[in-house]
Amino acid sequence: MPTLHFDQPDGSRTTVDAPVGISLMEAARQHAIPGIVALCGGACACATCHVYVDASWFATLEPPEEMELGMLESAAEPRVGSRLSCQVPVTAALDGLTVSVPRCQAG
Amino acid sequence: MISTIVIIGAGQAGAQAIDTLRREGYQGRLILVGDEPHLPYQRPPLSKKFLSGELPMERLPFRHQSFYDEHGVELKLGTRAGELDPTARRVTLSTGEKLDYDRLLLCLGADSRRLTCPGADLPGVHYLRSIADVPVIQEGLKPGARVVIIGGGYIGLETAATARKMGCTVHVLEMADRLMNRVVAANVSEYFAHEHRTQGVHIVCNTRVLRLEGLGRVERVVCADGTIYPADLLVAGVGAVANMRLAADAGLACDNGIVVDEHCRTSDPAIYAAGDCTYHPSLRFDMRVRLESVDNAFEQAKTAAQNMQGRSVVHDRVPWFWSDQFDNKLLIVGLSQGHDQQVTRGDPATRSFTVCYLKGGELLAVEAINQAKDYMAARKLIAERARPDLDKLADPNVPLKDCC
Repeated sequence: MPTLHFDQPDGSRTTVDAPVGISLMEAARQHAIPGIVALCGGACACATCHVYVDASWFATLEPPEEMELGMLESAAEPRVGSRLSCQVPVTAALDGLTVSVPRCQAG
Repeated sequence: MISTIVIIGAGQAGAQAIDTLRREGYQGRLILVGDEPHLPYQRPPLSKKFLSGELPMERLPFRHQSFYDEHGVELKLGTRAGELDPTARRVTLSTGEKLDYDRLLLCLGADSRRLTCPGADLPGVHYLRSIADVPVIQEGLKPGARVVIIGGGYIGLETAATARKMGCTVHVLEMADRLMNRVVAANVSEYFAHEHRTQGVHIVCNTRVLRLEGLGRVERVVCADGTIYPADLLVAGVGAVANMRLAADAGLACDNGIVVDEHCRTSDPAIYAAGDCTYHPSLRFDMRVRLESVDNAFEQAKTAAQNMQGRSVVHDRVPWFWSDQFDNKLLIVGLSQGHDQQVTRGDPATRSFTVCYLKGGELLAVEAINQAKDYMAARKLIAERARPDLDKLADPNVPLKDCC
């Protein structure tokens, strides 16, 4: 199973193993990663699973669709690397992926 | 000293309360009672991807068993709370077990409103509310099956879309003159009726179901105008009612739901309530409401969990809702009741538009169809009581966030 790292604004890191096929958000939620609330459960309707994907990984992901881009534009603290984690499927290629939780969502 | 907290109801609110309680340092005994035999799970997919089979069962729960083990949660699933004695601070479960609590959180949810017409008690009349309701409906969703859905609200229309995608012949019977009439604007109703019809769903408004008929099980729906709709599968989505009997029988104030204050506290100071079952004050909209939504369940549970530990947090949020029907996403934020002005941004023919509601110049609510930017902007603006410039608002080329 691919290994994923979730970094918090306070510098703490949680590392989890996630099965291929679920979303990054589901992996985070199953492990109760702080700041990834994911209220809509992956419907791309709430932007409460917003994360920053590390620059080295960002380009390797399938680009976001229009709906996700629209959500991200007005999400809290958007920046380069912003993604809704519910829209990123876990694949074998993502082994070692690091994402950060935005400060305003954490805690 | 709060040393035992009991949560009745293992849905979105119950699961969230556990999360908040433990995250904020509550170390006492924590018991979660749920009448379904499942770990807390997501309900919205039941009419969408879970019904269609795209989302497997193992992806429905919020968290695995290990989360509850690690957080010291005593799960009592498949167990109903039978009786509540607020004086003794004791709940008696269907198993006979008695639980004493220091604080109690009621997350009782809502249940499907039942049809009352003759024949409503025939076998084969289905409602969609929990996992247990799904297999029998799924079984009926075969290509060519004649599916009749009573009620053109969220559940009815989402189920219709799923059934149609699975190749069924689908009729939606709605009593009002338009779809989702209580929750969206007329042009939004019209848009969704058009989308459903384009996909081959038969939308019939202004029709009253007179009775259900069949030998041993429902086989047809008879309407007041004499039209008969043969049904291989019948699903009714005619609203929901708050589950509040446990609270009402215990003497807690109830009125359309369990009455709570802005701290999510009931009329008993040791008992809190959260989610679909509550009738609560909305501070932003200055009225009491009962909301059926994931967002409200989450926010109220969080507030209740904080207050049960002695904090004084106020529930003051702008509610939001969503619905997926075919490839359309309907996003709603705010409550439009009492509006005195309505502005549509964009042309429904482009399949992306937004209806804005105002009251006294303030943005009150927004219905965004395939329009994430307007929706996200509105969430902030409505909370801030923003007053949009009407000329800019009517121009879809001006971003909503720049209209104020």
